[in-house]
Amino acid sequence: MKGSPRFAVLALALLLSLGAATALAQTAITTGSKAFTENVILGELLARLAADAGAVAEHKTQLGGTRILWNALQRGDIDAYVEYTGTLSQEILADSGATTEDEIRAALAAQGIVMTRPLGFNNTYALGMREDVAAEHGITAISDLRDHPDLDLGFTNEFMDRGDGWPALRDHYALPHKRVRGLDHDLAYRGIEQGAIAVTDLYSTDAEIRYYELRVLRDDLSLFPPYEAVVVYRSDLEHRAPEVATAFRRLEGRVPEAEMIGMNARARLARIPEGRVAADFLATTFQVDSVVVVDTWLQRLGRNTSAHLLLVLVALAAGIAIAVPTGIIASRHEVAGQIALGLTGILQTVPALALLVLMIPLVGINAPPAILALFLYSLLPMVRNTCDGIRSIPASTWESATALGLSSGARLRLVELPLAMPSILAGVKIAAVQLVGFATLGAFVGAGGYGQPILTGIRLDDFGLILEGALPAAGLALVTQGVFELGERGLVSKGLRLRPETG
Amino acid sequence: MPPTDELSPAFEMRDVSKTFDGVAAVAGVSFNVAAGSTTVLIGPSGCGKSTLLRLMVGLLTPDRGEVRFGDAPITAANVTALRHRMGYVIQDGGLFPHLTARRNVSLMASHLGWSADRVTARTEELSALTQFPADGLDRFPTQLSGGQRQRVSLMRALMLDPDVLLMDEPLGALDPMIRADLQQELRDIFRTLGKTVVMVTHDLREARYFGDAIVLLRDGRLVQEGPFGSLVDEPAEAFVGDFVRAQQMAREGADA
Ligand SMILES: Nc1ncnc2c1ncn2[C@@H]1O[C@H](COP(=O)(O)OP(=O)(O)OP(=O)(O)O)[C@@H](O)[C@H]1O
Ligand SMILES: [Mg+2]
Repeated sequence: MKGSPRFAVLALALLLSLGAATALAQTAITTGSKAFTENVILGELLARLAADAGAVAEHKTQLGGTRILWNALQRGDIDAYVEYTGTLSQEILADSGATTEDEIRAALAAQGIVMTRPLGFNNTYALGMREDVAAEHGITAISDLRDHPDLDLGFTNEFMDRGDGWPALRDHYALPHKRVRGLDHDLAYRGIEQGAIAVTDLYSTDAEIRYYELRVLRDDLSLFPPYEAVVVYRSDLEHRAPEVATAFRRLEGRVPEAEMIGMNARARLARIPEGRVAADFLATTFQVDSVVVVDTWLQRLGRNTSAHLLLVLVALAAGIAIAVPTGIIASRHEVAGQIALGLTGILQTVPALALLVLMIPLVGINAPPAILALFLYSLLPMVRNTCDGIRSIPASTWESATALGLSSGARLRLVELPLAMPSILAGVKIAAVQLVGFATLGAFVGAGGYGQPILTGIRLDDFGLILEGALPAAGLALVTQGVFELGERGLVSKGLRLRPETG
Repeated sequence: MPPTDELSPAFEMRDVSKTFDGVAAVAGVSFNVAAGSTTVLIGPSGCGKSTLLRLMVGLLTPDRGEVRFGDAPITAANVTALRHRMGYVIQDGGLFPHLTARRNVSLMASHLGWSADRVTARTEELSALTQFPADGLDRFPTQLSGGQRQRVSLMRALMLDPDVLLMDEPLGALDPMIRADLQQELRDIFRTLGKTVVMVTHDLREARYFGDAIVLLRDGRLVQEGPFGSLVDEPAEAFVGDFVRAQQMAREGADA
């Protein structure tokens, strides 16, 4: 043991420096994206640029929303993602009052976040018309509509209702139109194709613009705030991996609107994987080659199953470890019982998605927030059933156990828990089946699982993909049921199974 | 077999009271249970018999007064150890439904670390004593008849060879035929073992059959204590005579 301390120190130093060297050579970079196709493509782009710059890059795809990504970026769970200036000024920096590009950049810098120059497209509200109809009337800008008061306008219901939607548009441009209706998004596109309506609202980089051959009308009186796409990344990247920061900056001004609409159309309408779309863009624009790996159906199923099982099993194990003892205490003390059941009951009333998002500031993204939220959800049925199971033991049984001279610990182990076991197991089963369902929400925070294909399927309108997540999730719920029926045979005494009631 | 030598009493109740929600279940009761004797607690329903028995086995603690076992009061500190010297049988047997008859009987002994051989030998000895069929030992309580359950309950109470047996209407749930058989067997067992027995019943004939001493209660109060003859010959108050007559009439009515 004490043979040669100097040698040990040397070896340790060598190991440490080796470790540092490999860490430098292979900086790990994580990019993120929001849950809509354009942003997923851009997240892929960033990851591929980072890999090209020598980093080991990973893309956390379609995370739940702006808040989740912003929190993840601040915590360092991700290093970069593509944001929009309008979102930055109105949601993320709303308190600071920053509106111009320079103000936003300064406000972000104060929080340790770097914002690149705009990438070249502005994804904001816009109005669109069929190219031929617009040409026929000679309309290129929104103000031109004023001279055509008899055109039919059809807007999505959201746009009709929002204060910054139709009401603002009407007032700002003094539009005289009488025939205005609210429609579903898909119906609006179909209506415009068939000529039932002439003008609709859209996002300026929607894939449908190309598909339906629409003309986007210029916002000549600047009503809609700009939503210029920019890369936001952690400023520590500039020391940690300057090549990666430089690579991100290469995108500045290189993604014009037409380019983005084209990429969106390929992914959304032609169903080409986002990775492929991003790789093609990099190859043509920067002559950068990147590998496109498309998993087989079976590989995805395997990956989703193991991620899903991990979430459920860890949360359930932690839940059992806390809920069963809590239930035992609750069965003994009236007040403690009411407090425990009250608290775990309140947890169940918090919407699952909200609970998930609340966990992010505490534990970041990926599996931890999902496991924590699932754990909290699992408590109520297990605490309640443990408590009920023990309380429903007949007084005479409890009395004879005590009168035999069993200590309270021995009575718990030898009499109370075995008698309460059917109830406890039923509680664990309820929790487990619930968790299998809830765990699909883990995909919102990058935890993977069966929610991943469901989320992608919803985003791409792909029923097959939705089934790829929904069917195994339902199957796993059934298997879980079955496992517990079997477990009952092992864990519940035959004497209780002969007569299901212990009363 | 009345006690021959005057040892210190097995139980001593000193002015014991227990109140539930303002209602006195037991009020100022004092009596002694002589070692080796059988004492029967009797009285109308709700008079406090079960409560008194629970106080003796330490399931309840008195609000006032003292319950002494041997020569020391029962306290929270010694109650678990003292219980190993008492056997307690309750009305419906109170068997553990998740354990076989054998495990019900041996649970405490195994927990105390008895060897498997010793446990088996003792269980067989007791099943012979109580005439419990050997093939019933590996059945669960729900698979046994009422009389068999009662025997298992008795075996469980006798397993550690306790000094005293406390029985709350041990024969209450049985039909009259089996009841008569078991009465006789029980008395034989008590005589064989020479144990101190405290038994609750509301049947005066049973009390007379078993009791060296009878403790008659009414509304939580001790009315009279002594051998059966003294209750008939020297009633302490009118209620004693009424109680004895009511029991005899009920029986004649049943026999007619
Ligand atoms: N845990 C309790 N809480 C409240 N009251 C109780 C409790 N136990 C007993 N009592 C009351 O105390 C009184 C005596 O009850 P106890 O069970 O001792 O009567 P008993 O003589 O055994 O009657 P029985 O012959 O019907 O079994 C009754 O009025 C009963 O309602
Ligand atoms: Mg009673």
